[in-house]
Amino acid sequence: MSSAEWQLVGFSLRVAVASLLLLLPPGLALAWWLARKEWRGKALVETLVSLPLVLPPVVTGLVLLQLFGRRRPVGGWLHSAFHYDVVFTWRAVVLALTTMSLPLFVRAARTAFEEVDVKFEQLARTLGAGEWRVFFTITLPLAKRGVLAGTLLAFARALGEFGATIMVAGNIPGRTTTLSVAIYQAVENGEDAHAWALAGVSAVIAFAAVFVSEQLQRRHR
Amino acid sequence: MKGPILTANFQKQFPGGPKIVAKDLRIGGGITVLFGASGSGKTTILRCLAGLERPQMGTIAFGQESWFDSARKVFQPPKKRRVGFVVQDYGLFPHLSVARNVSYGLQELPAAERASRVTEILRWLGVEDFEHRLPSELSGGQQQRVALARAVACRPKLLLLDEPFAALDLPTRSRLRGELRQLLRQLGIPTILVTHDRLEALALGDEVVVLHDGLNVQHGVVHEVFNRPVSLAVAEIAAVETIQPGRVLSTQDGLATVAVGEVRLVALAVNLPPETSDVYVCIRAEDVSLMRVEKLESSPRNRLAATVRAVAREGPLVRVSLDCGFPLTALLTESGRAELALCEGTEVLVLIKAPQVHLIPFQR
Repeated sequence: MSSAEWQLVGFSLRVAVASLLLLLPPGLALAWWLARKEWRGKALVETLVSLPLVLPPVVTGLVLLQLFGRRRPVGGWLHSAFHYDVVFTWRAVVLALTTMSLPLFVRAARTAFEEVDVKFEQLARTLGAGEWRVFFTITLPLAKRGVLAGTLLAFARALGEFGATIMVAGNIPGRTTTLSVAIYQAVENGEDAHAWALAGVSAVIAFAAVFVSEQLQRRHR
Repeated sequence: MKGPILTANFQKQFPGGPKIVAKDLRIGGGITVLFGASGSGKTTILRCLAGLERPQMGTIAFGQESWFDSARKVFQPPKKRRVGFVVQDYGLFPHLSVARNVSYGLQELPAAERASRVTEILRWLGVEDFEHRLPSELSGGQQQRVALARAVACRPKLLLLDEPFAALDLPTRSRLRGELRQLLRQLGIPTILVTHDRLEALALGDEVVVLHDGLNVQHGVVHEVFNRPVSLAVAEIAAVETIQPGRVLSTQDGLATVAVGEVRLVALAVNLPPETSDVYVCIRAEDVSLMRVEKLESSPRNRLAATVRAVAREGPLVRVSLDCGFPLTALLTESGRAELALCEGTEVLVLIKAPQVHLIPFQR
């Protein structure tokens, strides 16, 4: 593989990991909130969170573009306040990947939290634990397998994302092009060998991710 | 113990569920058993005391502390109440070792003191060898001890035990009953224990609170409650073997003569309201003596001719169903049965002391 191809792989991995780090805190909070609390408008939030799963990715990308463009509400504010541009930069890639992976993660983590018997959390409270301690010492460790599986799903989704990424980040070689976009581009250009090489790399990364997560789960069982 | 430590007066109703009421509940020191059939609200009351459920209305006070007061919108969360709580299947944290389970509530202690407290308490309970094991690697009895260790490690002011033997097999259960009483005595922490098992209540409790249909209906010393139930419902929950409707014929010198069918019985009438006519006559099987030949007795005894209808072994004891004009159950030892050569159809003489015939006024 050429150095350009390695650079491409490195970039794709970096944005996928960055999107994971970005989605974990809100994803865990949201999953816990949905699993443990009843509040008004919960159904609305549930639907909104799951929306990117069912909407065509290009539509999600379009919505993000409309929000984060330099002359748009959120993007305009970010630009004027921080000189921070999002669309058609690597940040837009991370934004697209986070938005697309969040629903998968939240669904998996929520199920995992719901499977933890509240009895353990209640006992922890009678032993003097506050809500943060209950979450980090009881709920999260007991839901570990499901949360890990959700993380893996989110990571796989982030690596394979195409539609939203191309809408909001475009295809700027060396700046916003990800593996998936590059494969599409290679086929467009009739470079079949290049496309297959990149596809092989994708397969290897996917295999490694599943393998590592299996090992992690086995060790902590 | 002087005065109640815990006073509770509250109502709790789950959506679509029955209303559970703790009415003027006053718990002192020692071991108090919450006794009742399943669905009578025992566990709900316990969970309300621990702060795991919030009643709709009422008050809960522990000494000078108000734990719950619906009028003043006071609700102390479990974290603040510091109550030791042991649930039915012990609820040991499955991902933590025995030592880390026990030290979970000792967060505020310095590490060294925490470790020594854990070792000390595990040694006291005889499970110090299992410190590094996971709960899944322990037997039911060992889990019970670790759960008790975890609940008492932070020296709570009150200990709540929900059916502590429910998850154990029968032989282990009877072996651990006596041990648990010893341990709870040594601890000296006021304890409330939920059970539906009469033997557990008798073996463990100083006092018993009987629950029926979501309401505490009788509270007193265990033997007193079981021998002198205040209502038919309590007599049935306490599993009094013989309960027959009867009619008071006369009362004299603290003794009542009662007619049960054609049979006349003499009963102690100390707590019987005057002018009571219709009553339930309660006789515990262990208070019924049987003989083959009549002996002379000076104490006021009820002597009845009876026929044995059935003999059934119950562990070391024998349950004898009799007909003495009404159905009556007696409980004998196997040697007692052999001595009398009891079998179906045997004619015997039944003796019941007057104080052991308990009368419950008929309530409409």
